[in-house]
Amino acid sequence: MGLTLISTHTASSDATLDITSGIDSTYNEYQFYFVNMHPSADSKKLRMIASSDGGSSYGIATTTNVFQAYHNEADDATSLSYNSSTDSDASTSEITIGDSTGYDNDQACSGLMTLYAPSSTTYVKHFTAQIHQSSGSDYANNTYVAGYVNTTSAVDALQFSFDVGNIDLGTIYMYGVS
Amino acid sequence: MALTLISTHTASASATLDITSGIDSTYDVYEFHYVNMHPASNQVDFTFQVNASGGSGFNETMTTTFFYNQHGEAGGGVSGPAYYASMDQAEGTGYQALNYETGYDADQSISGILTLYDPSSTTYLKHFIGRSHNAQGDDMAVNGFVAGYINTTSAIDEISFAFDSGNIDAGVIKMFGVS
Repeated sequence: MGLTLISTHTASSDATLDITSGIDSTYNEYQFYFVNMHPSADSKKLRMIASSDGGSSYGIATTTNVFQAYHNEADDATSLSYNSSTDSDASTSEITIGDSTGYDNDQACSGLMTLYAPSSTTYVKHFTAQIHQSSGSDYANNTYVAGYVNTTSAVDALQFSFDVGNIDLGTIYMYGVS
Repeated sequence: MALTLISTHTASASATLDITSGIDSTYDVYEFHYVNMHPASNQVDFTFQVNASGGSGFNETMTTTFFYNQHGEAGGGVSGPAYYASMDQAEGTGYQALNYETGYDADQSISGILTLYDPSSTTYLKHFIGRSHNAQGDDMAVNGFVAGYINTTSAIDEISFAFDSGNIDAGVIKMFGVS
């Protein structure tokens, strides 16, 4: 397996990070590494939304499932459970890929999302993500998300954001897998 | 090629495998692929800890989660997915388990990947995510999922792997940089 770095996207108080080029039929699989995505507001969720017109518009119906494991620094809360409050059913709005992330100076979220065959004009577009957050309440929160963008049009752009406020800082690396 | 092999570390009756160079600001993401880590003792946990730059010893503070699935060769022992509280840490400074109770039969071992994000940051705490598969001492297939953060804003520049008892009889760890 070879990973080819296609592009690097660095946030600096941005409402969104839009990737509007490089997602095409060159690769059957794309990986997005998120490194220290830091929200400007406390306890915010990292989100994604897809486009099939190069980013002119976003809002393709997307269905996801979410489960997570968490544990707090105070050692009085642990869980492994499905999170029905962050999944999506045919949502045309942004879908959650990372749960509550704190905005203390040392808090952020990091992880990996994989998007399969975005240029297919036959199949819906599968993706999986595993994001780790240091939450605003000092939890280690390991979030697994998977789902599909429900279109047979090629997906050629993605937009990332937090559910409130800006992406204060953070880097997204997009790779093609060949 | 964006997955660059930095170093290879081979165990041979080693108490620990310590990686003390190559973890720096060159890469934002490091992957540790450990292959067939075979313990000298039966049913012991494969673990890791880190050392901050300028620090002494592998004893940084971590908050972590651990969950697993398992299934036995005899069809029994099915468990999970379940959270395993005795395998996590809340601001602990011990070695963090990557899975549990690896067997020491000649054909048993543990393999997996640990990903460490931005270890050289002096702003953020350090996130890590790991997944491994373990041939457990009671002949169970155990799929372990660990994640957490190292609660320091100091750069991390060393990592240590060990079983919680006895030596690493054999096994290979490859450290990659993702760029």
